[in-house]
Amino acid sequence: MDLLNLQTLTDMLGTSLRLSVPLIFAALGGVLSERSGVFNIALEGKILAGAFGAALGAFLFNDPFGGLLVGILFGMLAGSILAVLGVSLGVNQIVTGIAINLFVLGITAFLSRIVFGAQANTLRLPGFKPIDLPGLSSIPVIGPVLFRQDLMVYLMIALAILVFLFLYRTPWGLAVRAVGDNPAAADTAGIPVHGVRYGCVIAAGGLAAMGGSYIVLSQVFLFSEHMSAGKGFIALAAVILGRWHPLGALAACLLFGMFDALQLRLQFNYQDVPHQFFQMLPYLISILALVGLVGKPRPPAAIGRDYRREAK
Amino acid sequence: MTRFLSLVFLLRGLLAVFAALLIGSVLILAAGADPLTAYGTLFQGAFLDYWGFATTLQIMSPLLLAGLAVVLPLRAGLFNIGAEGQIYIGALFATVIALYVPGLPGPLHILLCSFAGALGGALWALIPALLKAYRRINEIIVTLLLNFVALHFVSFMVGGPMMEPGAPYPYSPEIPESLFLPHLLPRTDAHAGVLVGVVIALVMFAVFHRGTFGFSLDTVARNPDAARYAGISVERHIIVAFLVAGAIAGLAGTFEVLGHRYRLFHAFSQGYGYDGIVVAFLAGLSPLLAIVSALFLAGLRAGASIMQRAVGIETTVIEAIQGLVILFVAVSLAFRYRATEVGRALRRRQEVERALDAESEERES
Repeated sequence: MDLLNLQTLTDMLGTSLRLSVPLIFAALGGVLSERSGVFNIALEGKILAGAFGAALGAFLFNDPFGGLLVGILFGMLAGSILAVLGVSLGVNQIVTGIAINLFVLGITAFLSRIVFGAQANTLRLPGFKPIDLPGLSSIPVIGPVLFRQDLMVYLMIALAILVFLFLYRTPWGLAVRAVGDNPAAADTAGIPVHGVRYGCVIAAGGLAAMGGSYIVLSQVFLFSEHMSAGKGFIALAAVILGRWHPLGALAACLLFGMFDALQLRLQFNYQDVPHQFFQMLPYLISILALVGLVGKPRPPAAIGRDYRREAK
Repeated sequence: MTRFLSLVFLLRGLLAVFAALLIGSVLILAAGADPLTAYGTLFQGAFLDYWGFATTLQIMSPLLLAGLAVVLPLRAGLFNIGAEGQIYIGALFATVIALYVPGLPGPLHILLCSFAGALGGALWALIPALLKAYRRINEIIVTLLLNFVALHFVSFMVGGPMMEPGAPYPYSPEIPESLFLPHLLPRTDAHAGVLVGVVIALVMFAVFHRGTFGFSLDTVARNPDAARYAGISVERHIIVAFLVAGAIAGLAGTFEVLGHRYRLFHAFSQGYGYDGIVVAFLAGLSPLLAIVSALFLAGLRAGASIMQRAVGIETTVIEAIQGLVILFVAVSLAFRYRATEVGRALRRRQEVERALDAESEERES
C-alpha cells in the first residue's frame, strides 16, 4: 500500500470523509443536546429512525429530498420522545435513551417489512448525486475530496460551522451552555430551562437523523434492519473525545472515519485475513481513543440530571 | 415496604405490557390480520402447546441470564449494556474448551465448559469495569462498543481459525454429544440452562436481602462516603459487580452452545443481551420478577413464529412490541419514579460518580 501515491491519498481522504459524515451529523446532535444537559444515548436510535424515514420518503415521493425531509421528521419525533420523557417527566435519561434505541430498532424492523416487503433488499431508492463545485473541484487532492461530494456533505460542513457559531457566538448558545452547566442559575436569569432542553434534544434528533438519511440516500440506497450498526455509540465516543465542542467532535469523527477507510483498504489489500477481523477495528479504536484521552474529560456539569425548580 | 413497592412495580409493568400489546394490535391490524386471533395463537402456542412451551423455555434461558446480568450492576448504579458481547465471548470460551480439550468425562467436561464460558464473559466485563473504576470512562459507551467488537471477533474466529472445513457459512465444528445439556422436556429444545438461570435468580435475591455482599453493594451505591469510611472499596465493588454479571451473561452464551445449537455460529445471539435490558426493567430490577418477565418475553418470541405460520404476520412485530414494552416501562417510571427500585438505583449511580470524582480530585491534588 503506497500512501504517497497521490491518487491513493485522494481516494483515502475521500472515503474517510464519506465514512465520517453520518458520525459527524450524529455527533453534532450529541454535542447540542449534551451541552444543554441531556445525555443522548438515543443517538443510535435517531440515526436508525432517520435512515428509515429517508428510505420511506424516498420510496413514497421517489425523490431524495422527500426522503431527507421525512428522515429528519422521524429523527425529530424520536427526539421528542426523549424530550417528553427525559426532560418533562424526569425519567432517567439513560433509561429513556436505551428504551428509544430498542423501540426504534423493533418498530423499523417491522415497518420496513410492511412498506418494502419482499423487495427490501433489491430496491434501489433515488439518492443524491455528487455535485462538482466548478473550479474548486479541480484543485489536486483537496478538490476531489472536499468539492466533489453530494449535497449532504456540503450541508454537513455548513451545519458544523453553524452549530459552532450558535453555541459560542450567540446569546442563545450561551443560554444552552448555561442550562447544561448550571440550570438553577440559568433559571434565575430567566432562561426557560426545559424549553432550551426541548429545542436542543429535538434539533439533535433531526441532526442525527440526517446522518441516517445520508447512509440511505448517498451510500446504500436501501433500508436494512439495524443498519445504524453502532454508529450512534461511536458518535457518542466522538462527543467525549471532542470535549463536547462541535469542531472537536467533528475532528474526532474525521479521525474515526479515517480509521474506517484504512480498515476497508486493509481488507482489500489483505484478502486472506478474514474481513471480520477488520470490521471490529472502528469500535476498538473508539474505545482506545476514550482510554487514551490525555487528562480527564469534563462533561457539562448538569448532564443527565433532571432539573426541577422545587428540588433546589 | 420494599415488597409493597415491588408489587406496585409489577402492576406498573403489567400496565406497560398491556399498553404495548394494545398498540401492537394496531400494528397487526395494519399488517392485515385480526389482533385477537393473532394474540390467541401466539400465547396459546407459547404457553399451552408442548412444543411451543419447550421453545419458550429454550429462549427463556438466555433472556433470564442476560436480564440478571443487567440487574446486578444496576444494584450498584451501573449500566451493563454489554451482556450481548459477554454472551458471545462466553460462548467462544466454552466452545474452545468443548472442541479442543478432549478426553474428559461428560459431566466434568460440561462443568469445565461452563466455567470457561463464565470466565470469558467475566473477562469481557472486566474491561468496562476497570475503565469505569480507575479511569472514569462511561461504562455504557464502552460496553456498547465492546458488543460490536465481540460480535465481529466471534465471526472472525468461526470464519477463520475455528471454521468447520467446507461449511457454507461461518460456524465451528459440532461439539461432542457427551456435552449436550440434559433436556427438561423429552424430544424438545428445552435444555437445563433455564434451571441454572432460576437458581442464580434465587441466589441473587437471597444475596440482595440477606448476604453481606448485597449489603455492602447497597451501601456503596447509597452512600459511597459511608462505605469508604467503613472500609468498603467502591472500586472493588464496581469490579466485582461487573465480573459476576459478565460471568452470568457468559453462561447464557455457554448454554446456547451446549444446550441448543451444539456449534458456535456467527451472529447467533440475535440481541439476547439487549433483550436482557427489557427483562431487567420490566422486572423492576427484582431478580425474582426477572424470572416472570423473562418467561413472558421468551413466550412472545416463541409464539411469534407460530403466529407467523398461522396468520401470516411477520415475526418482527414482536420486536416492535418488545420495543413498545420497554418504552412504556420507561413512561411508567415517570409516575412516583423516585420511590421505585430503579429510581433508587439511578440515584445511587450519581452518588457513586460523585464519590469517584471526589476521590480522583484528591489523588490529583
